[in-house]
Amino acid sequence: MTTLVPDAVLSVDNLRVSFARTEAVRGVSLTVRRGETHCVVGESGCGKSISALSVTNLLPRGATRTAGHIRFQGQDLLAMSERQIARLRGDKIAMIFQEPMTSLNPAYTIGSQMSEVFERHRRTTRRQAMDRAAELLTRVGIAAPAMRLGQYPHQLSGGLRQRMMIAMALMCDPELLIADEPTTALDVTVQAQILRLLQKLQRELGLALLLITHDLGVVARMAQRVSVMYAGEVVETGTVAEIFAAPTHPYTRGLLDCIPVPGMTRNGEPLGNIPGVVPRLLPGFIGCGFRDRCTMATPECAETIPLRDVDGDHRYLCRLPPDWKRTAA
Amino acid sequence: MTHAIEVRNLYCEFQQRRGSLGARRAVRAVDGVTFSLAAGDALGVVGESGCGKSTLARLIMGLLTPTSGEVLVDGRSMARMDRRERARLIQPIFQDPFSSLNPRQRIRDIVGLPLASQGDIPKARQVDRVMEMLARVGISSEMADRMPGQLSGGQRQRVAIARALVLHPRIVVCDEPTSALDVSVQAQILNLLAELRRELGLTYLFISHNLAVVEHIATEVAVMYLGRIVEQAPVQDLFHAPAHPYTQALLASVLTPHPGLGIPDVGLGDTYPDPSNIPSGCRFHPRCPRMLAKCAETMPDNIRKDGRLVECLLAIPE
Repeated sequence: MTTLVPDAVLSVDNLRVSFARTEAVRGVSLTVRRGETHCVVGESGCGKSISALSVTNLLPRGATRTAGHIRFQGQDLLAMSERQIARLRGDKIAMIFQEPMTSLNPAYTIGSQMSEVFERHRRTTRRQAMDRAAELLTRVGIAAPAMRLGQYPHQLSGGLRQRMMIAMALMCDPELLIADEPTTALDVTVQAQILRLLQKLQRELGLALLLITHDLGVVARMAQRVSVMYAGEVVETGTVAEIFAAPTHPYTRGLLDCIPVPGMTRNGEPLGNIPGVVPRLLPGFIGCGFRDRCTMATPECAETIPLRDVDGDHRYLCRLPPDWKRTAA
Repeated sequence: MTHAIEVRNLYCEFQQRRGSLGARRAVRAVDGVTFSLAAGDALGVVGESGCGKSTLARLIMGLLTPTSGEVLVDGRSMARMDRRERARLIQPIFQDPFSSLNPRQRIRDIVGLPLASQGDIPKARQVDRVMEMLARVGISSEMADRMPGQLSGGQRQRVAIARALVLHPRIVVCDEPTSALDVSVQAQILNLLAELRRELGLTYLFISHNLAVVEHIATEVAVMYLGRIVEQAPVQDLFHAPAHPYTQALLASVLTPHPGLGIPDVGLGDTYPDPSNIPSGCRFHPRCPRMLAKCAETMPDNIRKDGRLVECLLAIPE
């Protein structure tokens, strides 16, 4: 499905990533537009983080990546050398990871780590880079930025560190921000503050935001568009409004039934659940990766599964018709 | 009536050093906690990281000795029990089933260890009880001879549950039992824990940072802030009409899967709680959106309103 979206900042087509004994990503296509938040949601091992790392070619050793194309602002990233991609990383494409402590160097001050990116990409002096860092710390709501720039990562709380990571990602005015579980390690109250900040900055700067998460609550509140991943594939994609109002893939439905929602669950009534566990798929696996856990599975599910349309923008990967739930009930 | 568990005025203080040369400072992790639970109840304990909820769990399990205060099980003080007796009454389930199971032991031996360490249960009886318990938590008999490394996260947590229940304890302390699991697996484990409580009449102390999970499993909820329970109420009351401003903020910050609602403004400001520097008066006042002048001086101690505990001056009728 190579559709050209005019305002696409990032467009990935048929991405495949494999390791020696597993196929981690099995044909993922997605588009992130300017000013849009696209969430990729799924459980651990579904390939969501590997897909994100593929974009900037940060895959671990031993991974093989192929794709129809990976295009960033019209340039083909697949055709670029490591050197050319390194020039984009931290500049026009910025990333934020889950645990800021592991992505920061404990032996350098915050100021030196923040300014390094800017000096490198913009060929500025340390002084100019420090000014820019202070400006961005203020922008992410950190008081007394000059003092913070002289501190080390361990002197900051988890919430402050993640604010600082956001500031650092914005140093060079990126077009695309890739955030991989940016609030998973934080308390709910701090998570809400960080996500509010991220949403505000994204709107103000017109960023394209690719947000990787396992949390459907984050998806519902942050994204315009969502891709649900399972076993290396996007099993359903569409606007957030459509997916939450009319989830069509049995996995998406199951996932929405599993999560306890405050004020909605009745105590004493079991939660919906998906039996079994997430599979690891060997290279050469064909058919639906969810079939062993799906109550609707038939022998046909072991064959190649068609991508179906609910309507133009809402697609899912399953042999069942869009209205299967009604027919089944 | 004796309670299944009663916690009286529990305090726990740690000495902490800032850096290798820094001065010693006292960190009060649990700062006067009192509650009791009837048999068959499930108390959910919620709060942010550092609020003392895991320390409370460790005190109740006897893994830490309180600075003062006591824990009574069936009216008898835990401090006066030996380890075997304690193990028969109270058992833990921890967060991470990857580190809580010995990787070099077979599943049947892991689950059998609490029985073996009692010292007076015949071997044949031990084997029967292990197999019975494994079957009850959904682990097939072929899996009993495997090692933890051959099991998935959800299966390991089932094994941890079997180990906790094999002695038929009165009380099970669950410390974030589903936080390391995927949502689809989390639902399976929560359903299993709920079934087991009803069937075996267990009493749970359920520690979690996830409010939705607590609402699902608990009958009663305690909200902790900087070492104290600031609100405690039956689960329906707490979730439908939270009285403490901190409980209200916690509930407001939960992101339910409803598109279009946006990200809530929790209104807690940018100060973070520090257990080595507990504020005067109401410990929540520096973050409280509804703070009054008196909140910085007067400590709201043991205020009860409509059958619940609310440590907030706003709850006192004028």
